[in-house]
This record gives sequence, C-alpha cells and structure tokens, in this order.
Amino acid sequence: MSVASIGKYEFEPLDKVENFHGNQLTYFNWEQHLLFCAPACLPLPPEMPFAALVQEVLPGVYNKHPDFQEINWDEVTWTLDQEDFTPDMGKSLADNGFGHKSLLRFWTPGLDGIEGSHS
Amino acid sequence: MAEKRKKKLGIKQRYSMLTRGLGWDTTYQDMDKVFPYDNYEGIIIHDWEGWEDPFRLTMDAYWKFQSEKEKKLYAVIDSFAQNNGHLGITDARYVNALKLFLTGVSPLEYQAARGFTHVGRQFRGVGPRVACQMQAIDELRHVQTQIHSMSHYNKYFDGLHSAPHMHDRVWYLSVPKSFFDDARTAGPFEFLTSISFAFEYVLTNLLFVPFMSGAAFNGDMATVTFGFSAQSDEARHMTLGLEVIKFMLEQDERNIPIVQRWMDKWFWRGTRMLALVAMMMDYMLPKRVMSWREAWDIYFTEAGGALFADLARYGIKPPKYADIATKEAEHISHQAWHIFYNYTHAAAFHTWVPGKEELDWLSEKYPTTFDKYYRPRLEYLDKEEKAGRRFYNDTLPMLCQVCQIPMGFTDMDDPTTISFEVSEYNGDKYHTCSLGCKDIFDYEPAKYVQAWLPVHQIYQGNCGGAEVPDVLKWYNFNLGADNLEYNGSPDQKLWDEWQAHRKKA
Ligand SMILES: [Fe+2]
Ligand SMILES: [Fe+2]
Ligand SMILES: [Zn+2]
Repeated sequence: MSVASIGKYEFEPLDKVENFHGNQLTYFNWEQHLLFCAPACLPLPPEMPFAALVQEVLPGVYNKHPDFQEINWDEVTWTLDQEDFTPDMGKSLADNGFGHKSLLRFWTPGLDGIEGSHS
Repeated sequence: MAEKRKKKLGIKQRYSMLTRGLGWDTTYQDMDKVFPYDNYEGIIIHDWEGWEDPFRLTMDAYWKFQSEKEKKLYAVIDSFAQNNGHLGITDARYVNALKLFLTGVSPLEYQAARGFTHVGRQFRGVGPRVACQMQAIDELRHVQTQIHSMSHYNKYFDGLHSAPHMHDRVWYLSVPKSFFDDARTAGPFEFLTSISFAFEYVLTNLLFVPFMSGAAFNGDMATVTFGFSAQSDEARHMTLGLEVIKFMLEQDERNIPIVQRWMDKWFWRGTRMLALVAMMMDYMLPKRVMSWREAWDIYFTEAGGALFADLARYGIKPPKYADIATKEAEHISHQAWHIFYNYTHAAAFHTWVPGKEELDWLSEKYPTTFDKYYRPRLEYLDKEEKAGRRFYNDTLPMLCQVCQIPMGFTDMDDPTTISFEVSEYNGDKYHTCSLGCKDIFDYEPAKYVQAWLPVHQIYQGNCGGAEVPDVLKWYNFNLGADNLEYNGSPDQKLWDEWQAHRKKA
C-alpha cells in the first residue's frame, strides 16, 4: 500500500548504492557469538575476493573473541541472504552473489562462546 | 442586549463561550480548503460536535493553574542548586539515566509541542483544536522545565551539555527522534493515535513513571519535583488520548480498521523505544525501583489488558504482537544494555558491568534466563575490564530500517539467535529487526526508504568524517569525558573525591 498523503508522494531512498562511493553495504553475523551485540555493517567493494573477506575483513571485526582463533574455516557453514551458501574463495563478492545490503551469516561448529553461553 | 450582557455567565456557559464559542464555519473559503489535512487519512467524521471535551479548562484558568505550579517548581529547583542537591544522589552512575533522559526524551517534548501546534491548527472541530493547543503549550513547558531541573547537574557531570544538537545527530538518539518524526509527518488523526493514545495513554506508565520513581529512589529531588509538576498535565494528555480513540470509533465503523492498524503500529514502535527505559531500570539505577519484567507485567499486561478489554466493544483487538512484546520483557533490557556496552565509546553516557549484588538482583528477578544467557557474558566483560582490556565493538552495527536500533534483539523463542526480517522494494533490500517493524515498513515502504540511518550516513560521508573520532566531534562529544566506560571516567573521579571528602568531614 502506498502512503496516504495530500499529494504526490515520491522520494529517493537515502541508501542507494550510488551513495557509497563504489562500495556496497555488506552485513555480517557470526552466529551464537553475541559478545558482539549485533551484526556488523561495512561498505566493501563488490570486486573484493571472498578470501580477502575471510582473511582480512572478518579478523578486524571479530578477533577480540577468544573463539575466533579456534575457527576451522573448512567446517564453517554459511548463508547469504538467508539461503544456504557455499562460497567460492577465489571469486569476488559480486560473483559469489553479494548485492547491496546483502547479509552473510556464518556458524562455527564446536564453538559456543563464553562459558558456553553463546556469547 | 446591553441589559443581558451585564449578567454574569454561568460556569457552563462561560466554558462553552471560551472554547467552542471561539470557532466559526468559514464562508469566503470552503471549509475543506481551510482544513485540508483532517480527512485525507480516511477517517470519517460526521459530527464534530460529538467530541466530548476531555477536560473542561479555559485558557485563563489554565494560565492561573500552571503559573502556581511553576512558582513551586522553581522554588525547589533554586534550593536544590543552593544546597548542592547533586551530592544527595545515591551514586554518580545515576546521572547517566539523566543524560539519557535529557538527550533522548526532553527533545521529544519539544517535538510534541511542534506536533500539537500543527494539529491544533488542522482539525476543523473546535473541541479537539482547543485540547491540542493547550497540550502544545504543556509540552513546551515540559521541555523547558526539564532542562532547568537538570541544568544543575551540567555544572559537574559530563554528557549533558548539547542535548538538542546530539538529539539530531547521535546514532542511538535517532531511535526516539525517528519515532517522533514518523508521528509528526503522519496526518493529524494518526499523530494523536501515536502520541496521545499509544504513547501517553498506553505506554506512559512505562516511560515517565520509571524515570520519575527512579529519581525518587535515587535522591534526585529536582527531577522528582519536575515529575510532580507535570503530573496534572499528563492526566489531561491521557484523557485526550482516550477521547480521540473513542471519537474516531464512534463516528463511523469504517474508521475501525484504520485505528486498529495505527494502534498495532504505534504500540510496536513504542515498545521498541521502551528498550531504552528497560535498560535504565535494570542497569542504570544504583537503587532499583522494580525490574523491567515486573513493570511490564503490571503496567502493560494488567493495566493494558483492562483497557483493551474495554475497547473490545468497539471491535478493537489488543495490539498485534503484544504476545511477542511480553516475551521480550524477559530479555530486552539485557540485550539493550549490551548494545550500549559494545558502543559506549560512541555514546554520550557511560556504561559498566553491574556489581556482584546487582548481578544477584538480576538473577533473582530473571530466574530462568539471566544466569543462562546474560550473567556469564557480563562476568567475562568484567574480568576483561579489570585486566585492562575493556571490550568495545570496533565495527559499526547493522540497524533496523524502521526502529533504527542496532539489530541486537534475538528471536524470543531462541534467545541466542538474532532475529532477521527483510523486505524488497524497488530492487533494494530493507532489513528489519522484527515482524512488528517489518509490517510497518511493508505498509508504507515509500516513507521508510527515506530513513536517515546513522550508520549508513556515516559511510556515505555525511557525519563529519570517515574516522570514528571525526564523527564523535561532529556529535559535539568531549572525547574521553562524555563517552567510554564509567570506571576511570572523570564523573567517577569527581564523585569519589566528594565521597572521600565527606568521610573526612
Ligand atoms: Fe510532555
Ligand atoms: Fe504528555
Ligand atoms: Zn526494528
């Protein structure tokens, strides 16, 4: 339903991809590790290889957590925009299917956070 | 005629002359052109005279009454300042609740004044117009007296110096700000449903009362006195809230689904904003009043239950997702406090891990959830802080497109998993924190795609610079004083010095 209004109601969205200087917004969530209170948001170039995301971006976000060093990346399971997802490490984010404001969630089996509290 | 005019008017007559008698139907211009806003929302009014004035007050009586209250209030504020009232509070941590109130809530009083001024012009019925105009003046009085009541603290404590500036810019203050922006940009009937009914009638006991009783419990006499002085205004505001609902529902049954949808929307937006109050009650008051869970059970489940039972005769149902909100009462304060603990380096108040007795109190108040989900995390954070590694989250969070809160709330049946919702609109994704926020987005996407989401604005380069310190300067923060952990803060140092001094004396 459109907005009830006194006239024409058409406005530009504030977060169009063009506004992010060649980047697109990307959201991440490390599941069952709520020491980080909420998913992270970063503007990333769509041509960034997925391997760089894992090796360079995620440590910057999450390496304060004692579990982070323990992650076995071969066992990690992923979803991209709520669909099961198997990343191709060599391909870019765009070629892996990332769009503007895509959400990447990942589960790290065997690691259940501070004192097993999923934090 | 002259003979008649000399006769003194009866109270009833005088009242009607000084309120209803001030209005007229326009003749040079069509009434629809003079009042273009009061019918586009779809609310059908057959008889504006059907409006029952919720409070029988004329402007002259109003001025007299308010000025009496004002005299008393300012006498207390003066003596509070002269007697160093700030030394009588329980602990300096308490002042952080005032910082949240002054930056998050007081500017809403001003927003309310603007909103009621607008709708006080736009209704063609004189009854609602007069009621809204009086409330507009009340709200202006509230923002002013709140600033005066709290200004004494600004002489000694950090974070209280730039409330209006911060309200317009700081990431978490966009939560209350966007709430009111949303209400003020709606039509006049939706505005009254959101502010007068959902906010002032249904949820006020969960917003205003906790802050005022928190002040009383923690020795803050200035704020308590303000609270008393606003009480009779609030009583009027509540009757206006209920009257507008009954008026709409009684005028035409086609109004019922519109009113129901607004109730659902504004109940949900209201509960989201109350997360800030929840964490204040459970974490920020050195001397606790009651837990958020208890407050919710008393003021929403019981009192709200009775209200909606009463409205059932009009065909109104309790707000959609009220059951989810009730489940949330068990978790929301802990999750909200954790968000602020993560990002205190970017907040204008301090956070901390509660002391052992306070943790025990939380364990007792939340027996099935606190020890399982929250206590281990807080104890870990405490250990880290004591070891000199105070945890801060270095990456900006994902926000909900509607309530604008970082997406830190979990699925309430699975409290270790964040809740995610998403909508597509014109080829873009819009993420929301809950079904309640998603419904609001999906009904009026064209409105919410315009949301000024602080994190996205920072990344677009609209908030003072690319680095966090640039953004904080743009917020007008005194870095190292307004923000960061409470332990080691200038507030704490000053308080400890006063306490040491007192012991010596
Ligand atoms: Fe007010
Ligand atoms: Fe009010
Ligand atoms: Zn939300």
